[in-house]
Amino acid sequence: MKTMIKFAILASLLTLTQPVLATLRAVACEPEWGALLQELGGDDVSVYTATSALQDPHRIEPRPSLIARLRNADFLICSGAELEIGWLPVLLQQASGRVQPGVPGYFEAASVVRLLEIPARLDRAQGDVHAAGNPHIQTDPRNIAQVAEALAQRLEAVDQAHAANYQARYADFAKRWQAATQRWQAQVGPLKGIRVVVHHKYFTYLEDWLGLQEVGQLEPKPGIPPTIGHMTELLASIKQVPTKMILRSAYDDPRGDEWFSERAHIPAVLLPGTVDGTPEAKDLFSLFDVTVQTLLKNAK
Amino acid sequence: MKLQILIRRAIVALLLPSWAQAQVNPPFDQSGSPAGVRTASAGAFNAAMGVILNGTYGRLSQDPATDVLPGFALGPDTGPGERGFSLGESEINLNANIDDKFFGNLTFTLMPDNTAHVEEAFIRTIGLQEGLTLKTGRFFSGIGYLNEQHAHVWDFVDAPLPYRAMLANQLGDDGIQVRWLAPIELFLMEFGAEALRGDSFPAGGAANKGNGTQSFFVHVGGDAGIGGSWRSGLSHLNARADNRETGDAAHPDLFTGKSDLNIADFVWKWAPNGNPTVTNFKFQAEYFQRAEKGSFTTGSGSVTDAPVDGDQSGWYAQAVYQFMPRWRVGVRHDEVKADPVSAALQDTALDPAGHKPTRESAMIDFSNSEFSRVRLQYNRDYSRLNQADNQVFLQYIMSIGAHGAHQF
Repeated sequence: MKTMIKFAILASLLTLTQPVLATLRAVACEPEWGALLQELGGDDVSVYTATSALQDPHRIEPRPSLIARLRNADFLICSGAELEIGWLPVLLQQASGRVQPGVPGYFEAASVVRLLEIPARLDRAQGDVHAAGNPHIQTDPRNIAQVAEALAQRLEAVDQAHAANYQARYADFAKRWQAATQRWQAQVGPLKGIRVVVHHKYFTYLEDWLGLQEVGQLEPKPGIPPTIGHMTELLASIKQVPTKMILRSAYDDPRGDEWFSERAHIPAVLLPGTVDGTPEAKDLFSLFDVTVQTLLKNAK
Repeated sequence: MKLQILIRRAIVALLLPSWAQAQVNPPFDQSGSPAGVRTASAGAFNAAMGVILNGTYGRLSQDPATDVLPGFALGPDTGPGERGFSLGESEINLNANIDDKFFGNLTFTLMPDNTAHVEEAFIRTIGLQEGLTLKTGRFFSGIGYLNEQHAHVWDFVDAPLPYRAMLANQLGDDGIQVRWLAPIELFLMEFGAEALRGDSFPAGGAANKGNGTQSFFVHVGGDAGIGGSWRSGLSHLNARADNRETGDAAHPDLFTGKSDLNIADFVWKWAPNGNPTVTNFKFQAEYFQRAEKGSFTTGSGSVTDAPVDGDQSGWYAQAVYQFMPRWRVGVRHDEVKADPVSAALQDTALDPAGHKPTRESAMIDFSNSEFSRVRLQYNRDYSRLNQADNQVFLQYIMSIGAHGAHQF
């Protein structure tokens, strides 16, 4: 009983000393959505990004610090499409009611774009496939535009006091994003139709945007690390089809890519994949600048 | 006419869900491309269902039927493992959100001897106010670090000796749990309290009219550097036993009294840049300290109502390293120690006879995917007096269907 009273006293003390925050406390599961929140939220939102570009978003430890962050969160944005299924449910167990699935403060980016690679057959023998489709939607700037629009509306609904600010910031962002997208479109002509090998099925939406042709993956099955046996088969199969490069994201183990690169005599190329995936990819705009420039350089 | 009404109804029915969706997801698409997924929850309206299959092959140099841990009256099913092939517990789990406020979970276990039992069956609140979470039903207690984790996520085949000796491997019971997260953003601070029926070891007989066990725990945790994170905790368990049965099931020893247990736990996980895919490391250690006070009666009738008043302690530390994708190695040391007993209790299970049981373990495991794992483990077990037990286990743990996310 004594211990219980001590708990209660400590509990009330901690509650009283909590500072009152005027900004919307938002948590982003992945860096790209953190960056987008920053663009649309400005000073009205304080953004905490749960993972870094160097971490595989399929496999995140549900760390104590993340549980603490979601306890007070007002808003949560994640990719969705089951990308975070291995860790987000644990974090949500003790999260605030404002960010639970189904309430306006919970936003899944994949819910507002057209998903690719929806598996016709669900079988774990096919590896770690996502029933909803490929969740790595942020590699196509057209998806970013769609998510931005829906996200702005959602922020307006959740934080009505600052709705006008979100509207204004969205209008500005949409204009700049459209201009940037047009600029990228104008540059990427030479990339159309080139063949690439990817480490993981991470660049599906990028390929869809640019018209790249994916001829194989280093992973024998999604989520299963590259094996020499599988890569040897892949080497043989691309002999007949001239392939330009191997693409990997910042969190992929580069050793398989390097092994393959040496034998296939094509460059192993690191694309940032998300914000901060490489030092130059500081925000969403430079993310695509870097991506486009890197591809153009290696496609020559 | 009828057809028209039917069509109208069908249109309304089709429109309604999309309208409801629009309330949550404001009108999204201008390109007209179909929106992919709705806000996904596991299994839509069906409960997420998962099955864990596991089995072992064991070689033990000493007969497990004669196993003892001097100084400790052991709870049910706490042997060192079976010789030869044996099926482990097969676990079937169903869970889903009940509605917007409650989550439900049922785990039942099929034992190799063809009995089934309810391992966990609880409901839990979702997004309650001010960091509070309530759980009620049957569940694994939140004390310690390992206790709340299901056996299939343990890094070794068997529970550490202090768990085996003082919690009969793992404490699960019927009751209610409240957890409260302090409103701190920079690190985790959590308080928990439980009131339990008291049917499970170290309680027994549902003393205090079925309210025999209480527990309290505090957890703190946070990040340490770029790739590291940690959690540490203190727990207290306060159990009443009313003719608690231990030892031989046909002629059990009986204990009536109080069992007070304190646990300090620590876990540290590290991966380069916090990305555990290629390599990662985990260290965990727990210290147990227990005081039991009451009376003891042996099943053989040699001792009747002898007073018990003694302290026991124990600890383990283990480290597991994933040195390349899919492969992990681990080492563990564990030991327990009991106070000497009075003359009346000599030669009973509570008599340590001057011996301190210790054990060293090493394991290597391979996970083809996150759904399958095969493990080889070696124990050098000095639980018995003057006899080492060399134990080798080969184990598989496989998961079918929905596989819940794992705790930190």
